[in-house]
Amino acid sequence: MAQLICRNLALGYEGKTIVSDLSFSIQAGNYLCIVGENGSGKSTLVKTLLRLMPAVSGEIETGDGLRQSEIGYLPQQTEVQKDFPASVREIVRSGCLNRSGLRPFYRKAEKRMADENMEKLGIAPLAGSCYRELSGGQQQRVLLARALCATRKLLLLDEPIAGLDPKAAADMYRLIETLNAEEGITIIMISHDIAAAVRYASHILHIGSHKPLFYGTKEAYKKSEIGAAFARLTGGDA
Amino acid sequence: MAEIVDKLALYFSYPFVRYAVIVGVLIALCSSLLGVTLVLKRFSFIGDGLSHVAFGAVAVATVLNLSNNMLLVMPVTIVFAILLLRTGQNTKIKGDAMIAMLSVGALAVGYLIMNVFSVSSNLAGDVCSTLFGSTSILTLNITDVRLCIIMSIVVIAVFVLFYNKIFAVTFDETFARATGTRTDLYNLLIAVVIAVIIVLAMNLVGSLLISALVIFPALSAMRLFKSFRAVILCAAILSVVCATLGLLISILAGTPVGATIVAVDIVAFGIFMLLGYVTGGTR
Repeated sequence: MAQLICRNLALGYEGKTIVSDLSFSIQAGNYLCIVGENGSGKSTLVKTLLRLMPAVSGEIETGDGLRQSEIGYLPQQTEVQKDFPASVREIVRSGCLNRSGLRPFYRKAEKRMADENMEKLGIAPLAGSCYRELSGGQQQRVLLARALCATRKLLLLDEPIAGLDPKAAADMYRLIETLNAEEGITIIMISHDIAAAVRYASHILHIGSHKPLFYGTKEAYKKSEIGAAFARLTGGDA
Repeated sequence: MAEIVDKLALYFSYPFVRYAVIVGVLIALCSSLLGVTLVLKRFSFIGDGLSHVAFGAVAVATVLNLSNNMLLVMPVTIVFAILLLRTGQNTKIKGDAMIAMLSVGALAVGYLIMNVFSVSSNLAGDVCSTLFGSTSILTLNITDVRLCIIMSIVVIAVFVLFYNKIFAVTFDETFARATGTRTDLYNLLIAVVIAVIIVLAMNLVGSLLISALVIFPALSAMRLFKSFRAVILCAAILSVVCATLGLLISILAGTPVGATIVAVDIVAFGIFMLLGYVTGGTR
């Protein structure tokens, strides 16, 4: 049984459809990259998958024991966060909120989990530091650690390398790869970077304007017309 | 020095002075707690907008000759707080324009109503004390004080119990919602609590100066501290200290209560900003 299945999904705002006929399914342990131009509906797809907004039509099904609230999410940074006075520890712990219900405080186990996730992402020494004073790459790690507190199964990453310098971006890709390979966490990543997508992902969903252009494994993508076109464009062998 | 102490001792033998200090400290505490969230959510002006709505409601209550105007003012302010926080993002008129519109609109209509249907002989005095709270804090009776104490306890309890949720909703509402936190519920809660605080605070500083109580302690604390908890604690302590100091100064020097408290808040902000530069803290 797949963790996430989308059938004939149409997405858009206020009845206006941006993209339609999206059908794909994600198995546990997959690494799906969603690529496409600006305005093709990538971010809308993320919001719909997270149930932040309704789909115009079609259905999304979660299976394999995945509950809706167990999708870990790495959002793009917001304006508010840039000068937010909060320590790294406070932010990472807030990822545990979805399992605490109405209980007002975090349990010991939850605090320990937050510590472990900070350790895992190499930000444990920064636990007491102020979020707004960190570098872009470190901030992304903090938000990733928070997302890991919210899920053990599936991570949805919205442009995780946007605004990072090349080295920090490479570190981020490596980190995501490790989480996928060693922890078996399913990854869905939105990206502009098709070269990296082809390099790291197991599956590719390419959205064009108004309709999906490709969905399948990375190998099939490389052989497909659109994948080959991009490989030529980027000058690599993809 | 001894002279000042004697003078204060004399004033504190009057119950209305004691009431004023109790109420002042509680209101300062409550407003600073929520202030941090409001400033960070970019809602600094909401205090201003809501207090003007409350002013309008007070005007209507005065004209209707209600014995207890809280009964009208509280619900009206709560409703507007909910509307304002609700419609923050997805409306034709953007959040800040909405607040500005509501704020001046309520002020104008409130003053108009008071003026046209006036039942009091001292109209200018009434308006002035509603706007600047110049005297009303010294005319509190024991019922007002009890109400204020109960409401403050409720506000503080809500804040402590929902502290982690309020943090999550303030820092990253989208993430909180995506991972299954009922953000709409907590936004509603925040809106209601803010409305309650503002209506209470009208007694202390009047409706024009409430924003100062809400934002100054938060902004001062953010100059120096780097974690959410430290900022909240600092804002709360600072706010209480400033309110107490302002009240004492106004009693001794005979200056208007609300304006004096705000002036002390401004001085504190200046000191914190300097300290921030000196310690090389956060900008």
